[in-house]
Amino acid sequence: MVTFFGVPIQALMGQLLLGLINGASYAVLSLGLALIFGLLNIINFAHGAQYMMGAFVAWMLLTYAGINYWLALLVAPLVVGLFGVLIERLLLHRLYKLDHLYGLLLTFGLALIMEGLFRQAYGISGQSYDPPQMLQGGVNLGFMFLPLYRGWVVVVALAVCLAVWAGIEKTRLGALLRAATENPALVRAFGVNVPLLITGTYGFGAALAAFAGVLAAPLYSINPLMGSNIIIIVFAVVVIGGMGSILGSVLTGFGLGLVEGLTKVFYPEASSTVIFVIMAIVLLIKPAGLFGRAN
Amino acid sequence: MTLKRTLTLAAVALFAAGGAAQAQISDNVVKIGVLNDQSGPYSDLAGRGSVVAAQMAIDDFGGKVHGAPIQLLSADHQNKPDVGANIANRWIDVDHVDAIVDVPTSSVALAIQDITRKKDVVHLNSTAGSSDLTGKDCSPTMVHWTYDTYAQAHGTGTALTKQGGKTWYFITADYAFGHALEHDTAEAVKEAGGKVLGSVNAPFPTADFSSFLLQAQGSGANVIGLANAGTDTINAIKQAHEFGITKGGQKLTGLLTFISDIHSLGLPTAQGLILTDAWYWDHDAASRAWAKRWSQKMGGGRMPTSVQAGVYSAVMHYLKAIDKAGTDEAKKVVATMKSMPIHDMFTQNGHIRADGRMVHDMYLVEVKSPAESKYPWDYFKILRTIPGDEAFRPMDKGGCPLVQASAGK
Repeated sequence: MVTFFGVPIQALMGQLLLGLINGASYAVLSLGLALIFGLLNIINFAHGAQYMMGAFVAWMLLTYAGINYWLALLVAPLVVGLFGVLIERLLLHRLYKLDHLYGLLLTFGLALIMEGLFRQAYGISGQSYDPPQMLQGGVNLGFMFLPLYRGWVVVVALAVCLAVWAGIEKTRLGALLRAATENPALVRAFGVNVPLLITGTYGFGAALAAFAGVLAAPLYSINPLMGSNIIIIVFAVVVIGGMGSILGSVLTGFGLGLVEGLTKVFYPEASSTVIFVIMAIVLLIKPAGLFGRAN
Repeated sequence: MTLKRTLTLAAVALFAAGGAAQAQISDNVVKIGVLNDQSGPYSDLAGRGSVVAAQMAIDDFGGKVHGAPIQLLSADHQNKPDVGANIANRWIDVDHVDAIVDVPTSSVALAIQDITRKKDVVHLNSTAGSSDLTGKDCSPTMVHWTYDTYAQAHGTGTALTKQGGKTWYFITADYAFGHALEHDTAEAVKEAGGKVLGSVNAPFPTADFSSFLLQAQGSGANVIGLANAGTDTINAIKQAHEFGITKGGQKLTGLLTFISDIHSLGLPTAQGLILTDAWYWDHDAASRAWAKRWSQKMGGGRMPTSVQAGVYSAVMHYLKAIDKAGTDEAKKVVATMKSMPIHDMFTQNGHIRADGRMVHDMYLVEVKSPAESKYPWDYFKILRTIPGDEAFRPMDKGGCPLVQASAGK
């Protein structure tokens, strides 16, 4: 059997694939964070809670209304996105003139409140959500058994990342968004409704988080703290990729998923810390992040 | 004026205390504090449910012992030893609490053990796992009621190995509790003639276990043992199901799995799991009746875990011991508790050893399939009743100093 540092190459391929799958959810989550930071200059600490809400809304739709996974994939991001719009209009937009820190504190507080409310209502053990009938079971790839649902997660996450990237780079709306990121005053002078653009971006960022939450619902136990566990990693991803860089955060998300996957084979104890070690090294060598531009 | 009033009040209070309680109940009130996790990972399996269980014991006892009212306090220790220690010190020094109850999370429980030993306060532990509590860290004022890592490990490890699960692989939560559980189980497996092929340490907490499960699958072991708890266990079992591990012929076991975890997983995912538990609500008429009362007080829809039932049983026995001893002085009450057999809805044949271990039968159970489950929370099939003396660590193996002292007498 061919081995690589004592690990059979087949097992290694399986682990790399798993890393890629985890990277997919990092990518979708960090994409939303990077978008929000790019335009609003807000470090959205409520992102993890919005991810958790996405998963919970999908579960509620199924449990209370019988609405299936496919519809939930659309409806849950919509609900959480609207909730995001509400937060931006009522609270966040008062903070743009202040230091970053205030936005961070506000969103952190909101995250704690949301987690607390869900904990009060549903307890901590979590809810169970089955993958849709069509995606149950799996295929034998020769080197591993791949559950169909995990394959679907990678494909759909890649598609969403590509679509968002294309939307920002190739469309008129995307061009306005990029322009408003650079110089909001000038864009406003051209008659563009910048506040609306900002509200929409925050709502869309929240919707992306919720989308990742729905994707995660059949994989993990849906509990109120599921977001706070993943959000720290996603922050590290955004920092490594370069704050505000869309492509950077997507590539970093997938890349770090792979690195984490390898760590789980060679030194599993460090798999929860390896991303932060990389973050420290990147910050030392390239403080603006791998794909970021220094101001 | 203020001083005079205080003195007068004090005199009146002293007089009243002297008159009401001929028995020696300190400050003429028995205060019981439930100290546990009320917001974190153990808040469903213990949490408010334990507080309700303690209150039920007080109400069932009649609310008074030797004429002194029984008061219940509760607090959230957030699974942090320093937070737990602060609360315990305040309860003891300011509020004059007589007994601290429940205390999940071994690190917090060991901190509370130290404080209650030094300050001579009763510690009735139901939810912490560490068998050190009745081993090298034992205390004359403590009783460990429901389970410990030794009993969990031996119950499941021995049974599965004897059923033909000769080779084992562990997925272990990378902290003290996980390592202790793995170590104890590995011993039991080897004693029963099995072999441990390997283990992987997963960081705590972990959401995605797929990589570790794949490694366990690759090992070819008959049994994959999950030496973790709470959400970690739930996620690992859920993903093992997803990756078809049990369909491939490997057995999966959660070494510390509570019925609340099974409820969260749902039977389609959890069916066939084998685990050890200290109590099951649907075991007999007495346990069923109690569980239904508890469920009502919790607002319905849930059934109690073994550790919540343990809190009720422990508090009830504590109050009976005060009644019998005529005092709430910690060492005397615990000594009285040790002299009385326990016969209630929790156990038919319980007794407390010199090291503080409450010995009772444990159950090896299998999770039912959805077809076998006839009503809500009908989750367990009891495969075997493990007699108490076999389930728990022999007293001379624990290294508790109290045991040597009592043997020397």
